[in-house]
Amino acid sequence: MGRLLEVKGLETRFFTQDGVVHAVNGISYHLDEGETLAIVGESGCGKSVSVLSLLRLIPQPPGKITGGEVWFDGKDLLKISDDEIRQVRGNRIAMIFQDPMTSLNPVLTIGFQVAEALMLHMGMDRAAARKRTVELLELVGIPRAADRLDDYPHQFSGGMRQRVMIAMGLSCNPQLLIADEPTTALDVTIQAQITDLVKRLRDEIGMAIIWITHDLGVVAGLAQRVIVMYAGYIVEEAPVKELYANPRHPYTVGLLGSLPRLDEARARRLTSIEGLPPDLIDLPKGCPFYPRCKYRIEQCAVENPHLQPVGPGHTIACWVDISKATPTPRAAQAEVKA
Amino acid sequence: MSANASREKLVEVKDLRMWFPVLRGVLQRHVADVKAVDGISFDIYKGETLGLVGESGCGKSTTGRAILQLYKPTGGQVLFEGQDLVRMKPGELRRMRRRMQMIFQDPYASLNPRMTVGSIIGEPLEVHNIGTKAERLERVRYLLEVVGLNPYFINRYPHEFSGGQRQRIGVARALAVNPSFIVCDEPISALDVSIQAQIINLLEDLQEQFGLTYLFIAHDLSVVRHISDRIAVMYLGKIMELTTRDELYHNPMHPYSQALLSAVPIPDPVVEEKRRRIILEGDVPTPVNPPKGCHFCTRCPKVMDICKEQEPPFKEYSTGHFVACWLYE
Repeated sequence: MGRLLEVKGLETRFFTQDGVVHAVNGISYHLDEGETLAIVGESGCGKSVSVLSLLRLIPQPPGKITGGEVWFDGKDLLKISDDEIRQVRGNRIAMIFQDPMTSLNPVLTIGFQVAEALMLHMGMDRAAARKRTVELLELVGIPRAADRLDDYPHQFSGGMRQRVMIAMGLSCNPQLLIADEPTTALDVTIQAQITDLVKRLRDEIGMAIIWITHDLGVVAGLAQRVIVMYAGYIVEEAPVKELYANPRHPYTVGLLGSLPRLDEARARRLTSIEGLPPDLIDLPKGCPFYPRCKYRIEQCAVENPHLQPVGPGHTIACWVDISKATPTPRAAQAEVKA
Repeated sequence: MSANASREKLVEVKDLRMWFPVLRGVLQRHVADVKAVDGISFDIYKGETLGLVGESGCGKSTTGRAILQLYKPTGGQVLFEGQDLVRMKPGELRRMRRRMQMIFQDPYASLNPRMTVGSIIGEPLEVHNIGTKAERLERVRYLLEVVGLNPYFINRYPHEFSGGQRQRIGVARALAVNPSFIVCDEPISALDVSIQAQIINLLEDLQEQFGLTYLFIAHDLSVVRHISDRIAVMYLGKIMELTTRDELYHNPMHPYSQALLSAVPIPDPVVEEKRRRIILEGDVPTPVNPPKGCHFCTRCPKVMDICKEQEPPFKEYSTGHFVACWLYE
């Protein structure tokens, strides 16, 4: 499979009154055609900003993409003109967002909103766009789609709205679909409907997907490769099975340990990660995870480790080989300086 | 978990109903009711954690609030150590409130931003006239320590704390009057994964330390199964199934419980590959006009004719395993 996307040293900052927020700090990754990549991390780790930066959807000011390259289809998306990037957005790369209520316009009908992109990017006339809209809505499983074209977003439930968002995303046959926490606002049975739908569409249409989430459960059944982000850095990257079977970064280990599992036989004690994520305005020197890390050594405070390969397709940014080291419990670290 | 038969009941909920009126027009005519909780019964035993799980709008939070009499129930009884809270006089009820407290979902909205942490945690003590000023201060410092915060923070304001720390403050406030029963209403849903685990561990430690009884309300079945001894599954104002955590996982009887369990993702790609999901069709109907018969009949993959006509009884089919489904009649 060919290379679809290549991100090199992407760096995004927000210049606020309180100081410079280091949201994304030089991350590099790639995506092959038809591949599903998950970017995982907690709030404020830079996962959303990193993909919004790909399409230059960062509000500027205060935001600014301060470095890096995003190669897609032979062009650097960060260098091309505004007109050119508009041809990519929604057309070659589509995006769906977390909250389907705020991403749909409440005063426009569903039919108009889906058809708009078709007329704009595909050059369809009204009648053709309307016909295609019905097909798309049927594809994403909206019952009686033809009758619902003139409905407004408030007449749809949360799950149905997210289906509409997906239909909009698919409307121009994109090569890449970026999904930013698309199921977080939904109930678990609806989440199952949506992930099922996305998997089916992926296999039928063959588009690549970047799926952004904080939920390691959803990722397990969906992605082929996973990137774990912390404080604007990639701290671990691995094929999905490798990541869950053999996590190597202390943060990934901590995240997996803090998840209660439905299939756990006996309620074990969760191994929570003590402390809080760092302030992105005032990042610690050295590894950003080191104040919370059970495996930290002196070097961690001084120098931020680069990503190093530890297995096939598996890289981590950590000075310590945790398979050989023993964790030291950081007692009384629950007191985080507020 | 020891057998329930030998244990003492702390809370008994009997046929609890909580309907909210829908009013229309200038005359505010009563045109319909939102049947948020529509006749549910269960017991909570001393020292246990009963999990209440369901999707948004199923009435699980309303159940918690109606038990604590934060809403005046439309019908039914809530017995706390044998006394009916629903029919209690206001003065008596206020004294009972010392015994039962609540932890709220949103640690950003549930703390008054103009009060210091010390006065937030100390307020219940003042309201119930417990101790002298010095004693109250001493207790607040102790409580801060118990929930893992530095007593040095006593004069700070909520905005100076992170979400997880605020939830600790909410927990300390609930503990202030030394209650025996705490309703935890989605206490971790607003928090990040690594912080969720901190709060779950804290709740577990406090239960052991103070012999607390919890009603743990959440939408996340993995979390509920982790923390609960028994679990009640709610759907559209009704309890569909009630049993122990292990029985629910290994032998779910109600089709809704089966679908819910199969929909929860497990963080393990090898396990996920082999799982088969039961994908439910459609959405939850509105509680203003729930379907006739079983409330789940519109989405149930195993629906029969009787389900659309008559409501199934909530019956104990094996020891401690209650189900409301016609399949087992």
